[in-house]
Amino acid sequence: MFEAIAFYLFAFLTIAMFFITVTTSQALYALTALAAGMIFISAFFFILGADFLGAVQIIVYTGAVMALYAFGMMFFDTTREVKEKQGNKYIIVGLSTLAAVLVVVIFAAPMVSENIVALYPAIDGVGNTQEVGLVLFTKYLIPFEVAAVMLLVAMVAGIVLAGKKMDLSITLMNDVEIEEEKNKKVLS
Amino acid sequence: MMEIGLNHYLVLSTILFAIGLVGVMRRKNLLLLFFATEILLNAVNVAFAAISHYYGDLTGQMFAFFVIAIAASEVAVGLGLLIVWYKRHGSIDLDALTTMKG
Amino acid sequence: MEKYLYIALFAPLVGSLFSALFAATPKKLFTGIVGSLLIFTSFAASTMLLLYILKTGAPIHVTMMTWMETGDLYIPFGFVVDQISVTMMMVVTLVSTVVHVYAIGYMDHDKSFNRFFAWLSAFVFSMMILVMSDNYAGLFIGWEGVGLCSWGLIGFWYHKESATWAANEAFIMNRIADLGMLIGIFLVYWNTGTLQYDEAFAVMPGLDTAILTWMGIFLFIGAMGKSAQFPLHTWLADAMEGPTPVSALIHAATMVTAGVYLVVRSNELYSLIPNVGLFIASLGAFVAVFAASMALVNRDMKRIIAYSTLSQLGYMFAAAGLGAYWVALFHLMAHAFFKALLFLGAGNVMHAMHDELDPFKMGGLKKVMKWTWIMMTIASLALAGIFPFAGFFSKDTILEAAFAEHHFVIYGVLLFTAGLTAFYSFRLVALIFHGEERYKIFGIHPHEAYRFMLIAMSPLLILAMIAGIFKEPFFGMVEEILGAAEYHIHSHAIALIMLVGTQIFVALAILYAYKKYANKNVTVPDGTSAIENSFIYKLLFNQYYIPYFYEEYIVKPYRELSEVFWTKVDMKIVDATVDGIAGIVYGTGEKTRQMQSGNLSTMLKWMVAGLVGLLLLAVVFGLAARYSDEILVFLSALGV
Repeated sequence: MFEAIAFYLFAFLTIAMFFITVTTSQALYALTALAAGMIFISAFFFILGADFLGAVQIIVYTGAVMALYAFGMMFFDTTREVKEKQGNKYIIVGLSTLAAVLVVVIFAAPMVSENIVALYPAIDGVGNTQEVGLVLFTKYLIPFEVAAVMLLVAMVAGIVLAGKKMDLSITLMNDVEIEEEKNKKVLS
Repeated sequence: MMEIGLNHYLVLSTILFAIGLVGVMRRKNLLLLFFATEILLNAVNVAFAAISHYYGDLTGQMFAFFVIAIAASEVAVGLGLLIVWYKRHGSIDLDALTTMKG
Repeated sequence: MEKYLYIALFAPLVGSLFSALFAATPKKLFTGIVGSLLIFTSFAASTMLLLYILKTGAPIHVTMMTWMETGDLYIPFGFVVDQISVTMMMVVTLVSTVVHVYAIGYMDHDKSFNRFFAWLSAFVFSMMILVMSDNYAGLFIGWEGVGLCSWGLIGFWYHKESATWAANEAFIMNRIADLGMLIGIFLVYWNTGTLQYDEAFAVMPGLDTAILTWMGIFLFIGAMGKSAQFPLHTWLADAMEGPTPVSALIHAATMVTAGVYLVVRSNELYSLIPNVGLFIASLGAFVAVFAASMALVNRDMKRIIAYSTLSQLGYMFAAAGLGAYWVALFHLMAHAFFKALLFLGAGNVMHAMHDELDPFKMGGLKKVMKWTWIMMTIASLALAGIFPFAGFFSKDTILEAAFAEHHFVIYGVLLFTAGLTAFYSFRLVALIFHGEERYKIFGIHPHEAYRFMLIAMSPLLILAMIAGIFKEPFFGMVEEILGAAEYHIHSHAIALIMLVGTQIFVALAILYAYKKYANKNVTVPDGTSAIENSFIYKLLFNQYYIPYFYEEYIVKPYRELSEVFWTKVDMKIVDATVDGIAGIVYGTGEKTRQMQSGNLSTMLKWMVAGLVGLLLLAVVFGLAARYSDEILVFLSALGV
């Protein structure tokens, strides 16, 4: 029973938060609502017994990603109201509803749900974190490593794209050129 | 109703996905568009986790895990690009972004 | 013997192709000489074949190769040389040789000398295919070939508007008649299963008379076009726009006789349907008197001779319609000789008079052009049917046949026409060669034609005189396959009266013509005399207003109709449809181009739309797969 209450409560909250995110005209409200929604999503993960995933969701998503977005918002001039010229409202809502209905139909159809078979069955007795660790470092090792490399690349890319004067590399220039750069900055 | 089954989670995930779609289609400010994209990814994560739980298979959680990793890197790169664009054009309104008009 | 067949058939083709190589270059004498030599070769080969047929009486039958073999249809390129075709071959090659040599002199100053010989030899080749073929399809190939070459030769001087018009008229009228002939050929194939003469004729006696009647009628319609019977006759007189050798060869001796050949060749068919035969004979008699009446008052030398040809063709058809096929063929042969001679003589006169055609502007030319005068007079005598020249033997036999079969109306008409024929032929001779020299008013200085041209004409002269002696051997040769119908009039006395009476009637007509036109009082009519303004004169002079009728009531409405079809149907409907399709494609492209607006929001919306589409498909196919058995049951209940 608790499960049901929790599910419905968090479901309602999540939907409300995300709804605010997509409909508000104030960017700050959207950001805040998004962050709240992410927290409530992690609640779902805990309900489902995916402890590790829930923790990761809070740390990475709500912590890092939202922080990134917050910094980004500071950079852009988003304090003023977002003026949006709207296209046809009905198309948007209609398309989305239709998509949702269709997906539900697909999943609810007996054919799909009858054929699902477990590939990597859970082991009873151990906690979720240990299970995740066991599978992650054996079966999913290669994706894990590749993801690491990808994160590195993304980090470097983010720095290069966002930084100032990133086309110059100070460690590769000699002192004379550094002086020139400094003077240029003073004069301009 | 009381017994929460897989279908409940799937319906929830679908609703969240639909909300994300609405946001993607509706938003004209690029930054807010990215927010809607995040919603999409989260909805999918919920679905993965639910299926994983109900079929006793850890694959779903693994997938959700990697989705989170990818989302993070995507945000980093995306925001970087957005910054570059903003520096060059001074606006992140979508309607002003039509240089690839066909 | 087969090699003679192939030589006779293909020598003209070689000559034509050789001359065609030089068609665009200035006159080269050797094209004419080579062409004439090759036609003479064909003549020699035909003579060998004639001697062979006379000796053995056995036809030569070759199949060169297969043309079509699909399903039940088998049409070969096959050739047969039997008594009928060897007669035609002799006529065609002999007259062609004479005309080729003559044309070397006639077309002397023409700059398209080489092209002329190419067309002329091509014509001879087509005619040979026509007469030597052993099935209706080959006949049709030759039929169309001679039509085409006739077009090219009538319109030879294509810069002249009247010449091209006449060429088109000839070809189109022939084409109209060919439709009938094609239907006839289809009927033959449909009912007998083959187009080979011998096989088709073997089956025909067993067929229903109604079908045979239709076959005969339609094939005769084709003959009507080619042999210019009423109402498809107007092209023949207009065809005189072509050079005179062309008129001599094509419109006297060969092409126009193709219709007669068709009827004679199909004699086994026409013997089974005597009613159609009677119709053909009546039409022939009508055309004979009809054409002769128009020749009475005409003032164009070649046209008079053309109407005379038309009239004699009527005689031939009358004979063929009455069942006297061998008589028709014999008359064809004799007529070819003296008519070609007449035309070539007229060509001499034209050359001498600088292409003047009105005989009233000539006169007294016998002093300057003695040989031409002699030849034309003898040819006219032969045409009139005076004993002992060639025409007597053939024309009189036709008259006898009509009388003996008790078709007295046809007999009367043909007899009357014989008188008219004599009158207008000698009217022409008298106006041109006798009387005062009216041409001096116009400042023309005539001279006789080249020696070699006269020498070339001499074989025709001799044959026009002596061809009568071939009648019995000819009859002996063809009686096997053309029906041995000797026409005996029961009482010897009546036969003698008829013979002598006809001769006297004709002689009187000749004398009357001389009296009227060979005296010194003949002047150039200028449209003011009483006769010229009389109704009958006007009617005959304007060819019974038939060309006018065709122009006003057939050609003009048809042209209007064509214009309507062009502007209203073709441009508004067909073109509009095609343009409309293109417009739709273009418009669709324009509209969908707006999808590429570069606007990310729009693109995202399209993406979601596509996603929805795919989901829909997934649902539909999933349901179909899941419930496939039930769907099959449902559809079979519906009866699919």
